[in-house]
Amino acid sequence: MTEAEAHAQPAGLAHQFGDLEQQQSAATLGIWVFLVTEIMFFGGLFASYAIYRWLYFAAFEGGSHVLDIRLGATNTMVLLASSLTMALSVRSAQTGNRKATVIFLIATMILGGIFLGIKGVEYNQKFVEHIVPGLDWSPEGTVLSRLAPGGLEHAQIYFFFYFAMTGLHALHMIIGMGLLLWLVVRAHKGAFTASYFAPVEVVGLYWHFVDIVWIFLFPLLYLIGGRY
Amino acid sequence: MSTATLEPRVHAQRTYLNADYGWKSWLFTLDHKRIALLYLVSITFFFVIGGSFAVLMRIHLTEPQGALVQPETYNKLFTLHGIVMIFFFLIPSIPAVLGNFLVPLMVGARDLAFPRLNLLSWYIFIVGGAFTLYSAIAGGVDVGWTFYPPYSSIYSQTHVTAVAVGVFITGFSSILTGLNFIVTIHKMRAPGLTWFRLPLFLWAMYATSIIMTLGTPVLAITLFLLALEHLFHVGIFSPELGGDPLLFQHLFWFYSHPAVYIMILPAMGVVSEVIACFARKRIFGYKIVAFSSVAIAVLGFLVWGHHMFVTGQSVYAGLIFSLLSFLVAIPSAIKVFNWTSTLYKGSISYEAPMLYALGFIGLFTMGGLTGLFLASLATDVHLNGTYFIVAHFHYIMVGGAVMGYLGGIHFWWPKISGRKYPNAWAALAAAIVFVGFNLTFFPQFILGYLGMPRRYAFYPAEFQVLNVMSSAGATILGVGYLIPLVYLIWSMRYGPVAESNPWGATGLEWKTPSPPPPENFAEIPVVNEEAYAYSAQAQEATGD
Repeated sequence: MTEAEAHAQPAGLAHQFGDLEQQQSAATLGIWVFLVTEIMFFGGLFASYAIYRWLYFAAFEGGSHVLDIRLGATNTMVLLASSLTMALSVRSAQTGNRKATVIFLIATMILGGIFLGIKGVEYNQKFVEHIVPGLDWSPEGTVLSRLAPGGLEHAQIYFFFYFAMTGLHALHMIIGMGLLLWLVVRAHKGAFTASYFAPVEVVGLYWHFVDIVWIFLFPLLYLIGGRY
Repeated sequence: MSTATLEPRVHAQRTYLNADYGWKSWLFTLDHKRIALLYLVSITFFFVIGGSFAVLMRIHLTEPQGALVQPETYNKLFTLHGIVMIFFFLIPSIPAVLGNFLVPLMVGARDLAFPRLNLLSWYIFIVGGAFTLYSAIAGGVDVGWTFYPPYSSIYSQTHVTAVAVGVFITGFSSILTGLNFIVTIHKMRAPGLTWFRLPLFLWAMYATSIIMTLGTPVLAITLFLLALEHLFHVGIFSPELGGDPLLFQHLFWFYSHPAVYIMILPAMGVVSEVIACFARKRIFGYKIVAFSSVAIAVLGFLVWGHHMFVTGQSVYAGLIFSLLSFLVAIPSAIKVFNWTSTLYKGSISYEAPMLYALGFIGLFTMGGLTGLFLASLATDVHLNGTYFIVAHFHYIMVGGAVMGYLGGIHFWWPKISGRKYPNAWAALAAAIVFVGFNLTFFPQFILGYLGMPRRYAFYPAEFQVLNVMSSAGATILGVGYLIPLVYLIWSMRYGPVAESNPWGATGLEWKTPSPPPPENFAEIPVVNEEAYAYSAQAQEATGD
């Protein structure tokens, strides 16, 4: 397909598709299949977590009590709010409201940034308390020291999962922020119309997925053992 | 020969090969057909690398005390042979080369749904391959292709992390390919091309794509955890650190058993196309064969525990996994029976692709039946970890998957290159591959049954005769693989020009010129007949 022929088509339509509707439904199916692969990716981690939580429950409970539940809960609120703004920006794109699309996308980015900032504060606390598995592990000064003999070693596995799971989640957030930035630029230039908004919808689905992962991570990591 | 008259006309045509020239037009192409050729060249390169490791091993094993290398080097040879052949040749082989080329043509589309992702998948593949090659050159890795901890994460002094990263990265190319195929087959079929009019190759590709998208992420996270354990010495899998090595094996085989079906299902798809074409008949029981592909993909996810019968997994889990492993044999057997029934009263011609397809049926049947020995709990205790396993999976992966791949390459070569290859040479090569293969791997069944363990650099002297037979067979097999490499490259320049449908086959890919134009079809075709309508085709021919 030459450039000239491509220009004869509606804006945003790739040459391999017959019409925008087909392109939109392909993009939507594509992101859903991708999200399934993401579920399997995180699923391996969740399955491993479940096994060690079952084997070493006391150590997991102890590890959970070191985490700051207020920061975790705040972050949960922040992410849920960002899902709302994301949904609103998809809605605005569908109705062809360029200005609202941009504003809601930027709001989503700001909320995502707040989440990552709070996460950074939490990570920093772990370094201060020397409870970073592998790199800086001497938790004798924390409540973990009350664990039974051998429990410290197992608590290290808990924190390994804490960092691996929240770290991968944060990585997904950072990628999502990059995608949002790209959308902001395109939306600002007026690339999206009421008939062509697939990228906003696709990134929106991705963003909601990342939020849902956190909805599972928060209770699994912060709320074990009924301390409240 | 009509070559002389055809040639000027064909060269005047605009094809995907002559539409553009220069390295940029290849490395930045979004055309699925060019990306298929990028993959073809890359995986051929990896096949040669992986094959040369095998050659060194077979030379080494001609003598009981080892003829060539140090035992440590031998460990690296079988590890790299496995990793390169599985992750960098077999898994991408048919999907990324033939699938990439054919899926859009077979569904009657101008390209895959996501051409940029398709090109990205090739770059990811190359980056993953670079990591693996780097580790091979920097000193190799000796943990076996299965990466079992604690050896891989704590004790091995070799380049485990680099290889794990390489395999991890390459996995994403596989995921992207599967995703692209699923969306393309769902959303981009030509008007009239219903699910039950799809060629069986597409059903096989669809089932393969399901495994790629569901299984590969689990391998990725497993290798991720392994690499973290290796780097930070925090116990996830190593018992010394409080981890559970069985967990690694469960996660690893959750992907790596279905991965066997990533390798064999596409070959089954190729065989269905080739058998139908050269028996001039519709595939017997089309729907059953189609669903058997999906059944293999689903059941294949439920049998991973049969790799762990002797590892300390629960006996009851072992019983269930054994039962399920027998069940997964059923859809495979259905395919074999239905291909055989298709041949019955067909007008069979023995072109080179057909020879590979027939070879596939025989060798795959042997590989599949010996798999049942290993799915039985009691016999597996005796045979596990011996050369019986090595022979079994080579019958599936080389006798099955590689034969299917070569058959497919020969079947669609006129479409891909626009040229024909010398049929006599191709038939000879197919025969040499068949003989060489059996001579290489059949003795290994006997060696394994007699108790020779795999992955050892030495063996007792009484096993030498069978080992030398195996090495001799490998030499013949190597020659059989080299001959097609020579005549296929030769044919690109000197082969007779191929018409659009040289085999008289059905299917949309044969209704467009060879090689196809960049946009595949001048007009998007409309389908109004079943797949493999060879009898209708024959009636038309006689009715004229």
